[in-house]
This record gives sequence, C-alpha cells and structure tokens, in this order.
Amino acid sequence: MGSITLKNVSKVFGAHAVIPSIDLDINDGEFVVFVGPSGCGKSTLLRLIAGLEDVSDGAIVIDGKNATELPPAKRGLSMVFQSYALYPHMSVRANIAFPLKMAGEDKAVIDKKVEDAARVLNLTDYLDRKPRQLSGGQRQRVAIGRAIVRQPEAFLFDEPLSNLDAALRVNMRLEISQLHQQLKTTMVYVTHDQVEAMTMADKIVVLNRGRIEQVGSPLELYHRPDNLFVAGFIGSPKMNFISGGPAASHQAHTIGVRPEHLVLSKDHGMWQGTVGVAEHLGSDTFLHVNADGIGTMTARVSGDFAVTHGDRVFLTPDPQRLHRFDEKGLAIR
Amino acid sequence: MGDAMATLHTRSAARLMIAPSVLLLLAWMIVPLALTIYFSLLRYNLLMPGMEEFAGLTNYTYFLTDPAFFQAVFNTLAIVLGVLFITVVGGIGLALLLDQPMFGQGIVRILVIAPFLIMPTVAALVWKNMFMNPVNGLFAWLAKLVGLQPFDFLANAPLFSIILIVAWQWLPFATLILLTALQSLDEEQKEAAQMDGAGALSRFIYLVLPHLSRAITVVILIQTIFLLSVFAEILVTTNGGPGTQSTTLTFLVYAQALLQFDVGGASAGGIIAVILANIVAFFLMRMIGKTLEA
Repeated sequence: MGSITLKNVSKVFGAHAVIPSIDLDINDGEFVVFVGPSGCGKSTLLRLIAGLEDVSDGAIVIDGKNATELPPAKRGLSMVFQSYALYPHMSVRANIAFPLKMAGEDKAVIDKKVEDAARVLNLTDYLDRKPRQLSGGQRQRVAIGRAIVRQPEAFLFDEPLSNLDAALRVNMRLEISQLHQQLKTTMVYVTHDQVEAMTMADKIVVLNRGRIEQVGSPLELYHRPDNLFVAGFIGSPKMNFISGGPAASHQAHTIGVRPEHLVLSKDHGMWQGTVGVAEHLGSDTFLHVNADGIGTMTARVSGDFAVTHGDRVFLTPDPQRLHRFDEKGLAIR
Repeated sequence: MGDAMATLHTRSAARLMIAPSVLLLLAWMIVPLALTIYFSLLRYNLLMPGMEEFAGLTNYTYFLTDPAFFQAVFNTLAIVLGVLFITVVGGIGLALLLDQPMFGQGIVRILVIAPFLIMPTVAALVWKNMFMNPVNGLFAWLAKLVGLQPFDFLANAPLFSIILIVAWQWLPFATLILLTALQSLDEEQKEAAQMDGAGALSRFIYLVLPHLSRAITVVILIQTIFLLSVFAEILVTTNGGPGTQSTTLTFLVYAQALLQFDVGGASAGGIIAVILANIVAFFLMRMIGKTLEA
C-alpha cells in the first residue's frame, strides 16, 4: 500500500545540486528516518516526496504508481510540519476536519472521524479551542490529528519535535512510535537528532551533502558503519577516531573506537593519558582523556569509577569492537 | 517608604512632562469646538457684521430641514461605502497579483504606490480634464473609437465619477497594507493547505482571507476617517453639482459658510457632521473590536 520508491531523483537549485542523485526504497508500513547534519538535503528530499518541490530529474513512485508529476494533494500523503502549520483562526475541530472538508466528505462522517482522531490523540477536551490556546505538545498532536484523519498512504514528518522542550520531546517521541504501532502506516521522518533516529526508526537513511551515506536498521548502523561519516554521526558520545601509528598497527588508515568500548584502568593498559573533564551523569561518567601522542578521547565508564581532573589513566580498546577505515574513509571488513 | 516617595516624585514629574502636550491638545481641540458650538447658536452672517444675536436652535432647524441635507448625508455615505468597496476588493486583487514572483517586482510596486503621493486637487483635475472630459478626454476618445457617443461623466454621473477618482487615490494605500499582510502569511500554512487538498480558491477563502481580516479592518478604519471629509476632489470637479447631486456634508458646510456667508448655519452643520461622524465611529469601533480580539 504505502510503499515509496525514489529512482535516480535529483534536485538542482540554480547551479547548485542539492541532491545529485538518490535511489531509495521505502517499504509499506516502515518507519524510515532521514537523518543528517543541517543542509544535507533531508528536508528537500521529504518535500520532493510530498510534491511541494518538483524533482529536477528522476521518478517518485508511490504505491506502485508514478507520482512524479502529481500535485501534493493527489499523492495520498499527509505531512506534519516543523512549525505545525495549524490554521490559527480555526478551532482544533475545524483544523482536523479541514482535509476531510476539502475532500467533500459528509458532515456526519467528518464529525465521527474527527472525534475518533481526537480520542486517539487525547484532544477531546480541546476540540473547541483555538491553536494559540494550546501548549506546544498539544499543537503537535493537532497537527498529527490533521494528518491521520485522511488515512493517507504514508505520513511525512519534517523535524516535528524540534520546537518542543527536552522532556516533551521524549514523550512525543514515544507517542509517535506508539501511533506507528497502532496505525501500521508508512512513516517518513526527518530529523537532525541521531537519538530520535536511533530510538524511532525501523530503517535509518543517513544523508550527507545530498548523498545517501548508508541505509540500515539502527543497530546495523551502530555496529557496522560503512564509512567515517556514519561512524561519527551515529552514537552518542561520538566515536573516537585515531590515525597514524596506532591505526597502522591494525593495518588501517584510521581506527574508530566508541567511548563505551574503551576499557579504563588506573594501572595498566594500551594507551596512557590524563583526565581532562569528567561529566558525571550518575549511572555513567563521560571522561575526556588527553591520551599521550593520540589526542583527546572520550570514554564512557561506570559512575563508580572515581577519577578527577589531572589523574593518569590507561585506556584499552575492545579489539572485537574496533572499526577500521581506509584512506578514503570507507570501512575495512 | 523611600520607594513610595520615589513613585510619588516620578508621578508628579510625569504629570509635569505631559502638561505641555495636554495643554496644546486642549487649545487645539476644545477651543475650536467650543467656539463652533457658540457660533452655531448665533445668527451670524458675514454680510451683516456687528448684528450677531442669540438665535437658539434656529440654525440647527434650518440646516436639518434643508432638502440638501439628506442628499448630502446620502452622498457622503455613498462615497465612503463605494470607495471602501472598490479599494478593499481591488486592493486584495492587486495585492494577490503583486505577491506573485515576477520580473521588475520592485519597480512595479513603487509605481503602484504612486497615485497615493499625488495631491487630491491635482489628481481630480487630471481625471477631470484628461480622462473624463467629454470632448478631449481619454474615455471620450475610446468611446468614439468604437463608434459610441462620448459619455459626460461629471455631468451625468457626478457621484460615481467622484467615487472613481477617490477610489483611484486610495487603492494604493489599501494594496500596500494588504500586500504586507499577505507576505506575513506563513509559507508552511499554505503548504499544509496544499497537502490537505485545498485548491487555489479554497486556500484563498479558508486561509488567505481570514489572515487578511485584520489588515482589511485597518484599511476600513483609516480610510473611513479620511473619506468622511473628502472635499478637494468635489470642489475642483463638480462643485457639488449638478444641483446638489454630488454635495457631501463637508461640502454643504463649506457652501453654507463661504458661499452664503452664513457662519451660524455652517457651525450648526459642522456640529451635526461631528455627531454623525461619531455615530459612524461607534459602529466602526464595535466592528473592529470584534476582529482585533479574535
């Protein structure tokens, strides 16, 4: 039903190719997250799928039909915008009902569908309010409500959580994931936050400068990054990269070790260094260690590991979880 | 304690500071108003100096029973409503057009504003002599071009002609205000409506028009204030005629005072005009209060 296929899609603004050429398959019912640094073309890609921008070349196939030339309304997709884009002069009820009204549905049918959507999203008590009388999270839910009443082939989310505060973001993340479990509709979600990508996605598409760096499940990307970019982008804190002597001893140009795969000891180990800053999170501590002859490395240790600024420590990488890259930045396996 | 003293000091200082402007306002408004009321109760004709005497409400009775009075009230309302209708509808249309990306957008926008910068007397004379003149005017030439009898606008449709001229002058103002309002409409809202399946017309009705309501109210309010006192355009084109067909309240007061030299009657007319303007203002403010609250 809600499968989306991009064939050789490109987008050029003037002389600048924002997206040189992309091929991608999104299966029905999948939760796909486009993630990448700002300016990587992820929002443009979403807008191309939505039909809000025209492709410069290539084809977009939605549900087996070529949708490249179709206007946005005819593609059977609905979108949740970063600013929510609610209609400010309409009540919550009228906002959610708007797409149905535009589709010329019966008044009774509209009422029922709006009530249903409101129940799913806990908005029943707010139906007669105006958007400006709602909190950020409630506005977000209204925007989602407006998207789900149409029963689209797929949902598109454009950085929907970036305007919410941290606590609410975690909540909404969970709610959107639950919604996906309930509706089992395809969802395409754009974010620059790799935590959102890791926690929500079935499939992550990592974009950089308009190109797909890697496509895979969150754990695939975490365990088997294809290149330096993905290795550095996925995982928090960032992976440590070491080049030169220590890398050469592993027959690689660069080696990467995640902070959680470094073993720390006060008396023995492979590399020696001085503790710079210790960030205590309670359960864990992130240590920024100035390793002799290597540079700054981040290590994640248990919260009980007692060291302070200036202490000498030893670091040993877990050899099973060492990532090796060649001079082009591609993974050696 | 010290705080209270400080507040007291600030307050009296503030009073002292605003005193000049309050006094100026008083002199500027209350004195003329009081004098006008005073004159309106006198039998005061410039042709008979030194013979002023108290006349009670005679001047009011005289002004209100003048057959030209009701014509003038009607004409005033016709000009206000006619011009408002043309400028609001035309202004929305022009604003929508100017909002489209096009070549030379900046220059076109400046050109559109130009009529607003031309003084009313000049604008009216240009219309009278270059467009509406039944012999040499552009409209007459156009009519003759297709074999029609030229139409003498100012003689046969004086009120409509004046509405046309005044509307031409105010259209840029309405366009400008509405264009800026249009540009402040959130792009994502338009896209959301597009995704929701709203066509261009539905987007206009459900999204653009409600967004413009506030700007439209502002246009109506400001224009009404100025349109109630339209004068120069009438003086240089029709002189209130033929007969009283294009006489407004403002023009009637002028005629009373400076053509018939009846200061008393003109003052009474002025006071009546103030009362009528306040009635209009009352309804206007109620309407605006509603829109600005929402």
